[in-house]
Amino acid sequence: MRVLVKGAGVAGLTAAFELAARGAVVTIAEIRHGLGGNASWMAGGMLAPWCERESAEQPVLDLGHDAADWWDAVLPGHVTRAGTLVLAMSRDAGELNRFASRTSGHRWIDEDEIALLEPDLAGRFRRGLFFPGEAHLDPRRAMAALHEKLAGSGVEFHFGADAQYMTGFDREIDCAGMASRDDRLRGVRGEMLILHAPDISLSRPVRLLHPRLPLYLAPRADHHFMAGATMIESLSTGQVTARSMMELLNAAYSVHPAFGEATIVETGVGVRPAFPDNLPRVESHGRTVAINGLYRHGFLLAPAMARWAAELVFDSDKPVELADETDGQRRSA
Amino acid sequence: MLELYGTKLASRLLLGTAQYPSPAILADAVKASCASAVTVSLRREMAGGRGGEKFWSLIQSLRLHVLPNTAGCHSVKEAVTTAKMAREIFGTNWIKLEVIGNHDTLQPDVFGLVEAARILCEDGFAVFPYTTDDLVVAERLLEAGCRVLMPWCAPIGSALGPVNVTALRSMRGHFPEVPLIVDAGLGRPSHAALVMELGFDAVLLNTAVARAADPVGMARAFGKAVDAGREAYRSGLLEPRDVAVPSTPTIGQAVLQ
Repeated sequence: MRVLVKGAGVAGLTAAFELAARGAVVTIAEIRHGLGGNASWMAGGMLAPWCERESAEQPVLDLGHDAADWWDAVLPGHVTRAGTLVLAMSRDAGELNRFASRTSGHRWIDEDEIALLEPDLAGRFRRGLFFPGEAHLDPRRAMAALHEKLAGSGVEFHFGADAQYMTGFDREIDCAGMASRDDRLRGVRGEMLILHAPDISLSRPVRLLHPRLPLYLAPRADHHFMAGATMIESLSTGQVTARSMMELLNAAYSVHPAFGEATIVETGVGVRPAFPDNLPRVESHGRTVAINGLYRHGFLLAPAMARWAAELVFDSDKPVELADETDGQRRSA
Repeated sequence: MLELYGTKLASRLLLGTAQYPSPAILADAVKASCASAVTVSLRREMAGGRGGEKFWSLIQSLRLHVLPNTAGCHSVKEAVTTAKMAREIFGTNWIKLEVIGNHDTLQPDVFGLVEAARILCEDGFAVFPYTTDDLVVAERLLEAGCRVLMPWCAPIGSALGPVNVTALRSMRGHFPEVPLIVDAGLGRPSHAALVMELGFDAVLLNTAVARAADPVGMARAFGKAVDAGREAYRSGLLEPRDVAVPSTPTIGQAVLQ
């Protein structure tokens, strides 16, 4: 079977992998000229379904809890399984209680244990929440590695290619995100910074709770950190605003004053595709299967979505309508 | 029925639209609450309106009165500009006027508020000022042309509930004819019921519903509390007293033995 995958974001790459693994001959068409620039490229790369459950609904946890295993199996060495640390400034201590009451898979830790986990944060926070089952990866390195792996196994990549002029395929997988013409989709703008802070080391993503702007710092290689991310109801891909940058930097500075000495390596903006319930969907329309609406959970949910889509392609008789299922769970939640 | 700037509203609950887990839950919560109006933040939630048409069409599909706000504005100029943009984008002259004086406490800058209110009222806006419970500021806002006042009962998002009931009571007493809406600081349905029992005309809230574990259930609970508080106020509440009063008088009862 010849399959065309539209889009080389995390949804397209994972779908290509699942399809190729089942024996499909896969071609990927990406309108951009490389892997960069899409929402996945700007992602935090946190595989943190228990933390996300604070604001996301149950399907995000159900579909995401084995994402770390998938990435670890497909790209050995890319996944760091060191958990997530959730902290709050002392005046926002109530936010920690609230976070704890909305989530599972965590335990309370005190100042000493925070110091054991993250020596650089010693003495800065009296208590926190630790989610030991969570993991993280570097989205850009993971995308590049997956691209290389797929290309090496015979998947054809066409960058700068408009998929509508490509023909001769049995099935199409639409993973174009915001570029898909789906009226139900909206864009949720996210702004992020990449900081280089040579004085600080963190072993795991740190989330700083704040009543208005929860921030996370995701460690990347060589003392680089991604600070993210805002959530704004907008399709705009314009530059990061001063307000957002100040708030992100303020929060980073609150985690550790040494972030004040960091250099700002990059500012980025991504637009997350989302359905009205902020849950993803895999849908089949004739010869096309569409994966979309991964919202802020691209790396977390893409493996499960890719499997659903591959099953739909190879087992068309089986009615797999994720949209209905998640909808059912939402109503019963 | 509640009347604000000539518009009759069926419900005395106004809901904010920020911070919900998803637009779908927001829509369900608004329906469950039976709210009559929703506030929308042009600046904070929608990047100044650029590219946010989809969210706006979701809000429009609720078919309620829309009260745009100037959340996130720290100066008179910013607030006035944002109000004018909101009028264009949302097609209404209603504006919830916020001029924030302190970034951390989100306390209103009452001096800037009065100034911005005067400018906007003269420009034909129906201004809903987010203010403190200060009576003199309230008078100045009315002089500036406001016909509705929206005092806080505690800092925004604090969920503390009415921290100064005496001040709220005296505000009600001083302005018996002005629609008063408690805006900000409500954490629980019982807080909403309490201020409605004091005779306030409506409440406006966001965080307490949006960040509840089940926003839809909490929205419904607030809707009921607002109705209960209003009905209690209209039905005439008993004043508390220091000594017990038996509900069945004993003196003067007929002796039937």
